[in-house]
Amino acid sequence: MSSEKTNHEPKSRAKKTSRPRVAVFKFASCDGCQLSLLDAEDELLAVVGAVEIAYFPEATRTMLKGPYDIGLVEGSIITHADAGRIQQIRHQCKSLITIGACATAGGIQALRNWKDVDEFIRVVYASPQFISTLKMSTPIAEHIPVDFELRGCPINKLQLVELISATLAGRKPNIPTYSVCIECKRKTNVCIAVARGIACLGPVTQAGCGALCPSYDRGCYGCYGPMETPNTASLTEQFRILGQSNDQIQRAFRGFNAWAWQFREASEECQRK
Amino acid sequence: MTGSASRTIKVDTLARVEGEGSLYIKMAGERVADVKLKIFEPPRLFEAFLRDRHFSEAPDITARICGICPIAYQMSAIHAIERAMGVRIDPAVRLLRRLFYCGEWIESHALHVYMLHAPDFLGYQDVIEMARDHREVVEKALRLKKIGNHIVQLLGGREIHPISAAVGGFHRVPAKHQLREMVPDLEWALNASLEAVQWTSTLEFPIFEQEYEFVALRHPDEYPYNEGRLVSNRGLNIDAAEYEDHFQEVHVKHSNALQSVIRGRGSYFVGPLARFNLNYDKLPAVAQEAAAKVKLEPPVKNPFRSIIVRAVELVFACAEALRCIATYEPPPAARVETPNRAGSGQAITEAPRGILYHRYSLDENGLILSAKIIPPTSQNQRRIEDDLREYASHLVAWPLDEATWKCEQAIRNYDPCISCATHFLKLHIDRTEDPNV
Repeated sequence: MSSEKTNHEPKSRAKKTSRPRVAVFKFASCDGCQLSLLDAEDELLAVVGAVEIAYFPEATRTMLKGPYDIGLVEGSIITHADAGRIQQIRHQCKSLITIGACATAGGIQALRNWKDVDEFIRVVYASPQFISTLKMSTPIAEHIPVDFELRGCPINKLQLVELISATLAGRKPNIPTYSVCIECKRKTNVCIAVARGIACLGPVTQAGCGALCPSYDRGCYGCYGPMETPNTASLTEQFRILGQSNDQIQRAFRGFNAWAWQFREASEECQRK
Repeated sequence: MTGSASRTIKVDTLARVEGEGSLYIKMAGERVADVKLKIFEPPRLFEAFLRDRHFSEAPDITARICGICPIAYQMSAIHAIERAMGVRIDPAVRLLRRLFYCGEWIESHALHVYMLHAPDFLGYQDVIEMARDHREVVEKALRLKKIGNHIVQLLGGREIHPISAAVGGFHRVPAKHQLREMVPDLEWALNASLEAVQWTSTLEFPIFEQEYEFVALRHPDEYPYNEGRLVSNRGLNIDAAEYEDHFQEVHVKHSNALQSVIRGRGSYFVGPLARFNLNYDKLPAVAQEAAAKVKLEPPVKNPFRSIIVRAVELVFACAEALRCIATYEPPPAARVETPNRAGSGQAITEAPRGILYHRYSLDENGLILSAKIIPPTSQNQRRIEDDLREYASHLVAWPLDEATWKCEQAIRNYDPCISCATHFLKLHIDRTEDPNV
């Protein structure tokens, strides 16, 4: 290491601090969930005042070594190198939280899991031999124990702030596991499925978005993944009554949380009938 | 370090860019022997799994390529599909789409100017350190960013991966009074953007100019968002449908992103600098005057000055948003009917960081037969390498850690979005190793 002093030395980061150390890691993803932290414009300066951002490459050049108190992990595992990296990261983090549909369910890139990935690579790349990727896109919890999974595509930034606060305080986070329907009722939305026959995944999808799509006159497309104990069989029947074909029902379940097991089974089941 | 026979600049994980990439520069004396901008963002294979999905899903699926510019993906997808199916949209929808894009430009440019790029000029590792000395500037930046996000939220439901844009229009359009309520905030934002032009112009800029081929959309009446011909300062003037005849994607071994070149000419430059240089005459007077005040006039050939150009585009986006709101009358229907129809269509729109090309072929059931997506960062990637090849040779006498930082800054001139480019970066200068790689 060089001992040269330059005007680019960190100005105050060198000070030892006792604040909890937070790290943000990225795997296969769109960066949207970690951006949620920067999008919490009203809370950002308070959050970074309460914690030490030790590792967050999207926001800072400072990359401090672990261990970390909280590790936030975005993205799914689709390369051999990443499958190894997540193991190292688990050892570095006291509490490891996965954020978003890619990290918690494999993301939209998990659509490869039903297909021939080599054929996929040939479609996208002129020189497939340069590309190295796994046959499956898998959530982080399939590789390591995870302390909390925060759902959403993207996550709700206020849920993220709540989760960080709860983790720092050592309490259970207030993140509901009921369905989008409850949020719709609270907003006094007229049910678009019942009143207008629009196919809506709201009854089987976990709340968190604030029932956005139904509030914008469209069916929920399942960003937050399966709710606790979803009745996907019943919803599949309902979709059929609304005139949806098996292919349409399968596509509905095979979205951003396609590899979440409840949606996975539902998407496979609807083709059997 | 002066006179050393050879040295290597490498950065394992490039910071303050969206996505995962690294840089590797090998110097032999004063000569740059090799430059590799590596994109190790894992390949997610969007164009492959878009096949057999219904066209109506493409705007939401392709938004997931990039959490920083989802609207760009939605707009390029929607316009390409509408072209494939011969859909005509209501003028009010056209206006709302411009307003929607204004929101994304404000949010994305405010993020890049203040939070990702400015710390380089001022010698801070990040905006958090910068906030300790420049709290007022950072608070203004956050408010500006929030106002951009608010536009997106109002039209799209949420900031990241908004849910309302659709082929044919929007799922739901706002009432006039909802837009009018944004006017005081936008007037504040316009003033803050004018200050941003002034503030960024006081930064110190490396002396570095190149002869670039700038490529951007050009529209007869307006600064470009969703429409126009694709033009360059070297005579290119084509329709989106001709894009693939003139541009070629090259797959290099060190990158999971494809690099684009203009056939027969090589690298080119897309983004704010290209737009400003090619469309200066279409900027509203308030933006032209702001640029003139800080002696910024086209052609700007120093990529480090792109930070001022982004601030000028902030002025434009705020003024344009105010114009859209003032003239908005809700359309008769939020969207027009779009029955399934076979066809092929292409579209180019101006993402905050440059042109984004989409092409789709659809069958008679509305299912996607093939898709092609060329993000701005893969178009700029070859150009960034060319800049680094030239710029690194200026840094031979510099201490390695400062040279590394300068090279990183040169990359950030392009606001690269690596998540997009793979659907791009690893810098190797030995002493900034990432503990988690």
